[in-house]
Amino acid sequence: MGLLSKKDTKLITDPLADNNPITIQVLGICSALAITAELKASIVMSISVLFVLGVGNVVISLMRNIIPSKIRIIVQLVVVAALVIIVDQVLKAFAYELSKTLSVFVGLIITNCIIMGRFEAFALGNGPWRSFLDGIGNAAGYGAILIIVGFFRELLGSGTLLGFKVLGDPIEKTGLYAIGYENNGFMLLSPMALIVVGIIIWVQRTKNKALIED
Amino acid sequence: MAMDTDKNSYTILFAIGMVVVVGALLAFTASSLKPTITENERIEKQQNILYAMGINENDESSANFVATTQAPELFTEKVSEQLVLESKDGEIISQMTRKEFMDANNGKEPYLINIKKQKSNAKSGGVRKLPLFIGNNKEGKKVYVAPIYGKGLWDAIWGYVAVDENMVVQGAYFDHKGETPGLGANIKQRYFMDDFIGEHLLGESGAFKGITVAKGNADPKNEDKTDNEVDAIAGATITGDGVTAMIKSDLKLYKPYFDSLKSQKN
Repeated sequence: MGLLSKKDTKLITDPLADNNPITIQVLGICSALAITAELKASIVMSISVLFVLGVGNVVISLMRNIIPSKIRIIVQLVVVAALVIIVDQVLKAFAYELSKTLSVFVGLIITNCIIMGRFEAFALGNGPWRSFLDGIGNAAGYGAILIIVGFFRELLGSGTLLGFKVLGDPIEKTGLYAIGYENNGFMLLSPMALIVVGIIIWVQRTKNKALIED
Repeated sequence: MAMDTDKNSYTILFAIGMVVVVGALLAFTASSLKPTITENERIEKQQNILYAMGINENDESSANFVATTQAPELFTEKVSEQLVLESKDGEIISQMTRKEFMDANNGKEPYLINIKKQKSNAKSGGVRKLPLFIGNNKEGKKVYVAPIYGKGLWDAIWGYVAVDENMVVQGAYFDHKGETPGLGANIKQRYFMDDFIGEHLLGESGAFKGITVAKGNADPKNEDKTDNEVDAIAGATITGDGVTAMIKSDLKLYKPYFDSLKSQKN
């Protein structure tokens, strides 16, 4: 336990479960809808947000005493936007393939309300190390839900996982398809992301009654 | 903290300072990385063209380009001829070889021609330059690769289509800027691109028909190659329509060239 105090550990573990940004705070839903039709995209998005939120939180935290409160939201926006653009350019130069996979997400990262939410609620009032942990924790909580949703949507919608045909071939009728199983194309459309998130919220609140609000 | 961060003067100074610092940082990053990025894009174009010619490292299900380090060498080796056709009102008015084109354009390679710009040129009544890459594919068959460009649901889509002299597709590569992952973005998946192989661009009468990305077609295994149709991707109607449209509008312009090839032969 030497590295992290109890309080610090809580910063990371809390957003993973009882204070999850998606299922409890209901933030970041827009990007959760948009990109979870595929597991791979969900994973890539999770990693991108992990990076931007971790670094962004530290930057904002370091600047917290000199940011004029009247324009703090704009300052936060500029920090996220600049970070995202720099990352995008560096990737394009040194990891071109990866940058092509990420193309859609770059724009979506800026619009992710979790990022602005954490800047505003945590980084502006806490030191860099704690802000970093908070950023990592929240991004991980967000990523975990994204990956769960992506897993079910890709599996039930396309019958694949990370592009591998785990259930057999729907056209050649092998595997599960041989006994009459069909992909549910509805899983690929955005409303199903909300329904899957809804189911996760339901399961989580059934397990932990303390989370239920009247 | 002694500083009063609420004062108007401080706020304005801070805003100016921030803009200058961030602006300088971004400008510096962009301009120092630009040469590397342009080079990456150039090699990618070569890889795309080679891919459409069937020169790629595809395994069973995924689409893989030749390695970036090999691409320039393979490109010069496999693409034996690069032509630039000039098209106006559906007719080809002139034809340039690679050397003629490069002499006239400060040594710019024909494969770097910006299709989007050419398309808007043609729209405003000007001449459209049509690059065409000729080479032998994996099986040693002579193929003609043409670039196409259009729009999907969110942003640009483009591709390279390799055809033989009868305008039967030998290979196709599609890419997109920002289609939805899992839906429209799947136009660059093997199962979609491979469907085009063997499809005819011309109808039975010999007139240009294009290839329609069709929903509800009765041929999901794509066994009928002369129906001018491939099976659409579920949930990607508009992207699919975009592919249909760019094939129809852009490849049609090459038809006179293939007609002239035929008449030369006869």
